[in-house]
Amino acid sequence: MSRTGNHTVKLKQTGPWIEHSGPDADVVVSSRARLARNLSGLPFVNQASDVEKREVLQLVQTLPLAGDRSEELVWIDLQQSTPEDRRLLFERHLVSRQFLESISPRAVAIADDEQLSVMVNEEDHLRMQVLLPGLELEEAWRRVVEFDRRLERNADIAVHPRWGYLTACPTNVGTAIRFSVMLHLPGLRLTNELERLRRASNDLDLAVRGFYGEGSDSSGDFYQVSNQLTLGVSETDLLATFVGEIVPRIVAYERMARDILIERSATLLEDRVHRALGTLRSARLLAIEESMKHLSRVRLGIALGLLTDIPMGTVQRLFLEVQPAHLRRVQPDSIDDTALEPVTEDRLLDDERTRRRRADLVRTALSE
Amino acid sequence: MNTKCDQCDKPAEVHEIDAIKGVHVHLCREHAIEAGFQVPQSAPVTDLLTQFATMQTPTQLPRKVEKPTACGTCGSTFARFRKTGLLGCPDCYEAFSKQLDGVIARSQNGASSHTGRVPDRSSALVDLQALRRSLIEELDRAVASEQYERAASLRDRLHTLASETVE
Repeated sequence: MSRTGNHTVKLKQTGPWIEHSGPDADVVVSSRARLARNLSGLPFVNQASDVEKREVLQLVQTLPLAGDRSEELVWIDLQQSTPEDRRLLFERHLVSRQFLESISPRAVAIADDEQLSVMVNEEDHLRMQVLLPGLELEEAWRRVVEFDRRLERNADIAVHPRWGYLTACPTNVGTAIRFSVMLHLPGLRLTNELERLRRASNDLDLAVRGFYGEGSDSSGDFYQVSNQLTLGVSETDLLATFVGEIVPRIVAYERMARDILIERSATLLEDRVHRALGTLRSARLLAIEESMKHLSRVRLGIALGLLTDIPMGTVQRLFLEVQPAHLRRVQPDSIDDTALEPVTEDRLLDDERTRRRRADLVRTALSE
Repeated sequence: MNTKCDQCDKPAEVHEIDAIKGVHVHLCREHAIEAGFQVPQSAPVTDLLTQFATMQTPTQLPRKVEKPTACGTCGSTFARFRKTGLLGCPDCYEAFSKQLDGVIARSQNGASSHTGRVPDRSSALVDLQALRRSLIEELDRAVASEQYERAASLRDRLHTLASETVE
């Protein structure tokens, strides 16, 4: 499908698309459509031998999947990549945590614009996603299905007359689609309305997760809302519900919470926003959690028009660049860097050098 | 042991330890309810026995469903699925279809069949052709080994397949 390249060189930079903010960006950070597919005639990943997994990799890599826009798919073999690079992919939302931590043969193919990516040998043989800024689920769906059609023209996909697309986990069977939106909900958190949102979501068969999906916390007040049902509802009906009802309702709810905050505690809110900015502009050490918390308040301040001199894109970029692997890419130390241990999960998050680097980065980006 | 109620002569049904006073409390049903204890609404044993005796014998006992222990294609078992939540291969959906019906319905809000996209005509045709080929092969083997019942069911499936058109 692609040239094998050292895409991670590219990942060092955060391209201009990182700063794009799409429709309803005050609340909706990004939209994603993801499809799970399995090749017929082969065991699912969990039951496949390493030889079979490599067979899948080989097969997928040689498929002519290039479309008009995604001809520049780059193939990254995760077994041959460094822990830092894998972590970088994870922070970019291009691979899942499960994928990052696995040790078996697996790869990810990424389009040049990073909007389309395909994990090969995660839980299913293929998990392809299109991730777009703002509320653009329809476009994400259009693009992922375009890719899916190319896949189906070239490969024999496991389907069942009754169950639809077959997946390793039967809870994904049917359309095997996951629509999700990343929402910034500081208003609902500050007004203690999140529990109600969670309950309502549960009633509507929606999952509410944290910033990095399954099992992650909601650092920075980011919540990922996605469908849980994949059977008996067509993709287009589900999409219509998401775009027409679910997302607009949550967005309206969040905006209402923000209005209430302004109406009832404008000074308190302004104080929080400006204190957050003050901290980010003057701190010399910044822990990850702290930076996410303050960036969240600054983001809210921009969305509410309380801060006018900082572009939303800058804050959006910072949310990514304060993550450990990105910090190393953006601000490598001259000599000491090679001596550092590989990026592992938590240890690196708070070591002093990282906190200093993070503070330097944020201070520079937000300087007046 | 037939402890009497602390407040009357009836046999005690609730036995508790009052943690604050450090004493045992024994109460009959009525006094327990009065004291605010959650008394299970179970019927006395004698009632249950009566019910059991008068219960009609079911005319037909549920037939024991024969469950495949392992998928013929990949060797994965349903016990393994229970443990990991993952099936071993596409054919597991057929091998464990009986058990999966319930599992899927529960996780999918009762839905029991797919609505939505299916692969493009061309690859669906490939699937059907492959299925037909394998059924014919199986049929040949069944006839050769004189498994006529199996052969008949395979022939039926082939007929159904022939009448189906690709969506």
